[in-house]
Amino acid sequence: MSDRDKHTTINDKPLLRIGAVSKRFGSHLAVDDLSLDIREGEFFALLGPSGCGKTTLLRMLAGFETPDSGVISLDGRDIAAVPPHQRPVNMMFQSYALFPHLDVAGNIAFGLKRAGFSRTEISSSVAELVAMTRLEGLEQRRPDQLSGGQRQRVALARSLARKPRLLLLDEPLAALDRNLREVTQAELLALQRKLKMTFVIVTHDQDEAMRVADRIAVMNKGRLVQVSAPRELYESPKSRWAASFFGDINIFDGQVVSRADGRVSIRTQAAGVLTVPSDRQPADGAALAVGIRPEKISMSAAAASPEAANTLRGEIVDTTYLGEMTAYRVKLASGEAARVRAPNHLRADAPPFGIGDSVSLSFPPDACILLES
Amino acid sequence: MAGQKMFTRPARLASIVPYLWMALFFLLPFLMILKISLSQTAIAQPPYTPTFSLDAGFAGLQDLLAQLSLDNFRLIVSDAIYTASYLRSLVVALVSTCILVVIAYPVAYAMTRLPRGAQSVAMVLVIIPFWTSFLIRIYAWINILQRDGLLNDVLVGLGIVSSPLALLSTDTAMYIGMVYSYFPFMVLPLFATLAKADPALLEAAADLGCSRAKAFWLVTVPLSLPGVAAGAVLCFIPIAGEFVIPDLLAGSDQMMIGQTLWLEFFTNRDWPVAAATAVMLLLALLVPLFVYDRIQRRQMEAR
Repeated sequence: MSDRDKHTTINDKPLLRIGAVSKRFGSHLAVDDLSLDIREGEFFALLGPSGCGKTTLLRMLAGFETPDSGVISLDGRDIAAVPPHQRPVNMMFQSYALFPHLDVAGNIAFGLKRAGFSRTEISSSVAELVAMTRLEGLEQRRPDQLSGGQRQRVALARSLARKPRLLLLDEPLAALDRNLREVTQAELLALQRKLKMTFVIVTHDQDEAMRVADRIAVMNKGRLVQVSAPRELYESPKSRWAASFFGDINIFDGQVVSRADGRVSIRTQAAGVLTVPSDRQPADGAALAVGIRPEKISMSAAAASPEAANTLRGEIVDTTYLGEMTAYRVKLASGEAARVRAPNHLRADAPPFGIGDSVSLSFPPDACILLES
Repeated sequence: MAGQKMFTRPARLASIVPYLWMALFFLLPFLMILKISLSQTAIAQPPYTPTFSLDAGFAGLQDLLAQLSLDNFRLIVSDAIYTASYLRSLVVALVSTCILVVIAYPVAYAMTRLPRGAQSVAMVLVIIPFWTSFLIRIYAWINILQRDGLLNDVLVGLGIVSSPLALLSTDTAMYIGMVYSYFPFMVLPLFATLAKADPALLEAAADLGCSRAKAFWLVTVPLSLPGVAAGAVLCFIPIAGEFVIPDLLAGSDQMMIGQTLWLEFFTNRDWPVAAATAVMLLLALLVPLFVYDRIQRRQMEAR
């Protein structure tokens, strides 16, 4: 317990190193030669569609699965073959996995008892955790007598009790309803900042990953697609797959026609010539694509000057009112559709644009992302 | 209980059926036995007085009630033959139930670890003895356990013992018969509770510092206690009232209460004492049922 007080600041030193780890179940390669460093004090998210291997990776960190090959080292010690009960790692389970025969205090104290603390140490730790997770007065309740949110907090308190070097959270908020989930995300983040503990969360919810995580690893088919801070992941996705998985995006395929001043112009079949910033120097005719997020397109009724870069004309074919914004589908001259989102600045009975309206769409080159074809 | 409101009228009528069944085939016969237990033995047909009849009207009924007495119960409580039989029944039931838990628990636990297909095969293997008559199976044990029986042949043949063991007509033989006969009643409820245990709980225990053995003791065992209680009740109660197994396999020096009852009824033709014995047995067996009910209720509250 005492030596962990030395490591209380977020720094660049990797706490956990995952090196070339693979795991196969039968013919299915769940984790494929994956390498990743997780820093001390970081709130790290593993994000991906179901079956992408994120849960398998988490279970290998907990010790419930053993990697077929590769290294998992924590504080410089290889733990790949260390059984779960001997790892300084704890997990909060998706189902919470609370012991139904023990009350709240008994569940929280379970791990402390195994660690051989004295009775007084255990009861003061339990009291502290109960206060931290706002479970006062519920100590004698059994899990079945608690609400979903209370159970979630007991599971969290129990997993924090042993002060693990690494806390693993497997879809910890999936069972909560939306409002409670958002509040709990904020609480979880505040708690992590306060404890300065390293958290690794598995989630399929982009929103959740974006709200809580310092860095997000996007996984697909057992491999890492991109590891970035949330903003970078959204604004500068490194691949077409990452761009379309994380957030909504319009992608127009085409060929390079010219280059100038760190910009590339691409003739797309769907939207004519589009200009996009690029630090690369692709050859003429190279097949590339331009990505633009729907909220970065501005829409107006006025006819734009045809020379302006990245301006398109089209006709609205569908509108969806979403409260804070309205989503439009605009049919371009090529017959392809573009998705546009516009904030609802005013209270209005009808959207500023309706189905059948002719509009012009424009977006500055800097709002675009250059993607592979 | 609030759930009852959800039932429609025909469903509520259907819920009366079990009560009717119990009233007709349990409560009514029990009241008849109770009445006989309060009567006196007589050389007559039926062999007791008074007999119930409506011929004498209400006065006759009052007269009948006046003739009933607790004499038979006083006899049972004061005579060592009965108390010894009761005691032996309870001891045999307790010992058999304990042996059953010890043997059936690992079997049920092992069954939960089998792959799905093998689980149903194991289940069929546990149930399959029921396809043969209970009496035939006990007679088979006589054949196995007797002096020149199968077991002694094997033991002598393998040189484990030099001369045949006297197994039949001993308590050992009786316990073998009890454990053999009631084994499925212990395994099945145990299997049912062990099988529905959430594997994530064992992972949580491991995560919180338990070795496999520790997780078994701290999680699997406490969560399986309702199954142990159900199996124990299913075995203890019929074993305490068992007649065939002790009569065929045990020695004749000590009797269980079922044997005493048989003796009173068929040999002594003392129906009132036999009836009183049965009533006392029933009352004694309500105790473990109440205990089980309390355990269950506490679990329901915890839910």
